Amino acid sequence: MLTILFDGIAYGMLLFVLASGLAVTMGLMNLINLAHGAFAMAGGYVAVALVNKAGWPFAAGLLAAFVVPALLGALMERTLYRHVYAKPHLDQVLFTIGLAFMAVAAVDFAMGTQQVFVQLPRALEGQIDLGGVGIGRYRLLIIILCGLITVALQYALARTLFGARLRAAVDDARTARGLGINVSAVFALTFAVGSGLAGLGGALGAEILGLDPHFPLKFMIYFLIVVAVGGTSSITGPFIAALLLGIGDVAGKYYAPQFGAFAIYTIMIVVLIVRPQGLFTRVAGK
Amino acid sequence: MSALQGVLATAVADHLAARARWRAAELVFWGAALASVFLLPGKHLILAEIAILALFALSLDLILGYAGIVSLGHAAFFGFGAYAAGLLAKHALITEPVLGLLAAGLLAALLGFACAFLVLRGSDLTRLMVTLGVAMMLRELANRLDKLTGGADGLQGITMAPVLGRFSFDITGHTAYVYALAVLFVLFVVARRIVHSPFGLSLMSIRGNPLRAGALGVPVNARLVAIYTVAAGYAGVAGALLTQTTAFCSLDVLSFDRSADLLLVLIIGGTGYLYGGLIGAVVFKLLQDALATLTPQYWQFWIGLILVIIVLVGRERMSGWWHAAVAQGARRLGLRERP
Repeated sequence: MLTILFDGIAYGMLLFVLASGLAVTMGLMNLINLAHGAFAMAGGYVAVALVNKAGWPFAAGLLAAFVVPALLGALMERTLYRHVYAKPHLDQVLFTIGLAFMAVAAVDFAMGTQQVFVQLPRALEGQIDLGGVGIGRYRLLIIILCGLITVALQYALARTLFGARLRAAVDDARTARGLGINVSAVFALTFAVGSGLAGLGGALGAEILGLDPHFPLKFMIYFLIVVAVGGTSSITGPFIAALLLGIGDVAGKYYAPQFGAFAIYTIMIVVLIVRPQGLFTRVAGK
Repeated sequence: MSALQGVLATAVADHLAARARWRAAELVFWGAALASVFLLPGKHLILAEIAILALFALSLDLILGYAGIVSLGHAAFFGFGAYAAGLLAKHALITEPVLGLLAAGLLAALLGFACAFLVLRGSDLTRLMVTLGVAMMLRELANRLDKLTGGADGLQGITMAPVLGRFSFDITGHTAYVYALAVLFVLFVVARRIVHSPFGLSLMSIRGNPLRAGALGVPVNARLVAIYTVAAGYAGVAGALLTQTTAFCSLDVLSFDRSADLLLVLIIGGTGYLYGGLIGAVVFKLLQDALATLTPQYWQFWIGLILVIIVLVGRERMSGWWHAAVAQGARRLGLRERP
């Protein structure tokens, strides 16, 4: 029972790190990015290539899984995404689905269709026993890492100058520009960090979620649920939504495997009917 | 006062009648479709697929092109219709295809009616999520109820009776194509009637500006529910056609890729003039066929690239080139009314 709760929390934290970039781009920058999972997949495959094939240490692989998708994100933002910020949502949907399709086919071509795993260091395998509760070491690592990232994100958004600039740029881009804020640089950096976090999540989650070329499409709905149910006005909303989703999904698969992901979709639809703006939104969004 | 009203009413009626008149190019289009039955006997299998996709795209055009509802899960109704028709036939409840089609369409329309109330709420994002969620939910349901649907193996053992008791399905796809084309034509005429009616005009006013349409006395929500229901029924019929003509139905009919491809089909042809879905279906299938022979496994890459290019170039600007060729020509021939 507690083990399930623990696994669920680890899963939820992972989902949050994966989706946090999406929460920012979708909530703050008002961009529907269905290709977000492609960055997560990129991170996962970078880690696989470096750790399994090139023999890098696990931690270095994780770092690379953040850096490479972040650079990729920055590049894509500068060259492609910036053109669709002002377009209607339908165009954003088409554009990002197109990107996701391309990523799926490209990874399929380069890495093959089979599922891959990142080799874990020996120290992270197995379970430790805490007062009768079996706790996977790797899951514990995920919870600690993701917890740190969450705190750092919240701090960066709420307390730092950059966070203030980002919020200003989102509230009113024109006024922010007038105040000397380089809005497009702020957006690019935000996008890059979001993509990097997705990549890190993809690498961390390869063990739990599984990694194959269809990752972006398979988990797109989960990311969207986190953002849509959590509401897009804060970072805590998606965080709570991700935890609930993680615990619900793990518990659902354990207690009622015949329903599978069915319960998750039902809950999402019910939540969206009752609260179209998300569960944790204080005021109606823009 | 009443005289003025009378004059006004006649003027409006005349205008509507003029808009709804069949144009030369439309007759050419359907003439060509009819000719393909006799001139391209070797291509009937793919032509049947095109006709089914065209009907599906027509259904999306009704809600996206005319009512402005963005959907990422239109496959929900397609798949629902497909499974409904398959199950009805498999359990020998209704084996006559046309009746099966009607039943599947009605069932899908019922589902659409129920879903419409969910879609009315919220912003574009919420709509995307709800439509996507419903489709995923149905897919998961079809996957889990494997006793009923065959799960991941698909629904097998469907035997269809001959159409109208006379024309049985053959291996060359001849009956399938004629049947699908006939259904497409009938439903197209109905859709054409719908969008050219005052009801259709009110939909377009909602797409333009829902608040203003409401202020003019258009019952916005009721209209959206109505068109969503009709479109769901259309999609259900398209799905049922696929099951009936292939005697098979798999989870694939509910997949996300199907909804996404459908958006591409409609975008290629252009939204909001009914022929977009039809033209898009022809182009898409030929493209898919060509790309699949070129790179069997990775054609999805090219589909994605096309989507990205379409958006980056701009659908608006595209209508400067592609529509300049297609729609402008069509306009000159009278296929599409002048703006």
